[in-house]
Amino acid sequence: MGKLDGRVALVTGGLRGIGLAIATRFVAEGAQVLLADLDADGSEAVGAALAGLGDQAAYISANVTDEASWHAIAEHMRSAYGAAHILVNNAGIDLTGAVESLSLEAWRRIMAVNVDGVFLGTRALVPLMAQSGADIAGGASIINVSSIMGIVGYSEVSAYNASKGAVRLFTKGIAIEFATKRMPIRANSLHPGFVKTPLLNAGFQRWVDKGFAQKPEDLVAAMEGATPIGRLAEPSELAGPAVFLASEDASYVTGAELVVDGGWTAQ
Amino acid sequence: MASRLEGKVALVTGGTSGIGAGAVRRLAAEGAKVVFTGSKADIGEALAGEVGGLFVSHRVEDAAAWPALIEAVMGAYGRLDIAFANAGTEQGDASIEDVSIEGWSRLIGINQTGVMLTVQHAIRAMAKNEGATGAIIINSSMNAARPLGNYVTYSTTKAAVVALAKSAAVYCGQKKYRIRVNAILPGVVETDLIRNIMESMPDPAAVRAIYEGMAPLNRMARVEEVAGLVAYLASDEAAFVSGAEITIDGATTAGMMGV
Repeated sequence: MGKLDGRVALVTGGLRGIGLAIATRFVAEGAQVLLADLDADGSEAVGAALAGLGDQAAYISANVTDEASWHAIAEHMRSAYGAAHILVNNAGIDLTGAVESLSLEAWRRIMAVNVDGVFLGTRALVPLMAQSGADIAGGASIINVSSIMGIVGYSEVSAYNASKGAVRLFTKGIAIEFATKRMPIRANSLHPGFVKTPLLNAGFQRWVDKGFAQKPEDLVAAMEGATPIGRLAEPSELAGPAVFLASEDASYVTGAELVVDGGWTAQ
Repeated sequence: MASRLEGKVALVTGGTSGIGAGAVRRLAAEGAKVVFTGSKADIGEALAGEVGGLFVSHRVEDAAAWPALIEAVMGAYGRLDIAFANAGTEQGDASIEDVSIEGWSRLIGINQTGVMLTVQHAIRAMAKNEGATGAIIINSSMNAARPLGNYVTYSTTKAAVVALAKSAAVYCGQKKYRIRVNAILPGVVETDLIRNIMESMPDPAAVRAIYEGMAPLNRMARVEEVAGLVAYLASDEAAFVSGAEITIDGATTAGMMGV
């Protein structure tokens, strides 16, 4: 018996990194999982993800910044599953650089993906989740993937800090809203620390290109040294926390922050 | 019940009632061998029989009695993997203007020194595990974040143990121990203690409504709900979670209204 038997989940940014790890665990816990990502149907990554996940998973090509994409996702969930119990707003991008060097275009891009995407996803699925949540123990669950960078600042990460901070407080706002309106939807933010994802690797490579380090491995070693647990997280280590927040065990947890950072922000 | 804690040994302080008793039941249900402490021997023995665990009569603030408690754990089960520093009280507390030095010192002893002793002795025992593994959970309170005017000592101690959790988590990292330390911050939980308070009032229903209304979710937490969070943090599901403070309060402190 899985912790998520009978539940339907949507995971954005579901083809790689934390999103794919969460989708994999959700399937193992009995959920039906719809992955959303930018790839066209039938791409190599889509084929690989669905081959790994089996019959309980499906894919929908979508852009989280696009209202029409969200309309299509909501319609698909209504027609294909008739329910939506779990929404993982995971899709995100990063942006680094000295604040005076950031273009308005780049700023607007990260806000569009990391903030608009979370708002649009929430807005699109709340009506269906409000119905579905009444049928499931612990209610429906929105898990917004913020970051430790949504809690503490970091040099040359200001735009990412701003976007993830917005996700953190947006989540508290909707949590209070749903609770006071007696809507059966909980909302919490998940705050990963440094996780071995394609996004982190790409970020490290950019730091190397800028001359901050000789090779990405040096940055990994520095990050490991600065993390109390002494290592970076595997994407799969974000899946257990997501299962907890999605499950009946978290029935009184709403408006909360779940930090999964190996002690980084405790220092 | 999933057996996430099979083969693990847990210690719960203040395990004879409320959240502690809920945690004893949940940890046992997930496969852990549970040793728990308290002062009510009859209740403790009954619960031990129910869950197949071990009750030890022990006061958490009694530093001299801690080595014997750890010996009892080791004698019964040979190791320690999980510690839930739960014992705490608000009895005898007052406002900053009225609190007595005796009341203040007594609560500091139980809520703060007691937690320190629990974490200290747990780490010493867990460091002996292969790979120095373990999970420690400290029961703080949402009042660490939103202190109560008429409970100055309680609020102060609950904030202090959050810092203690983080310090211990960072220390374990520095020592290369694979021991995780986290704090949980529950809102109002419908324990027997709270039920007794409600029933002692002239209008219990009105008091219940006040407690329930504190949370946007408009109800108190059930003991089992807090125990679910404790079991999650105790399990390998939370392998990268350390030094964290996790709120379980039905969104009470998510807003700025205070409590």
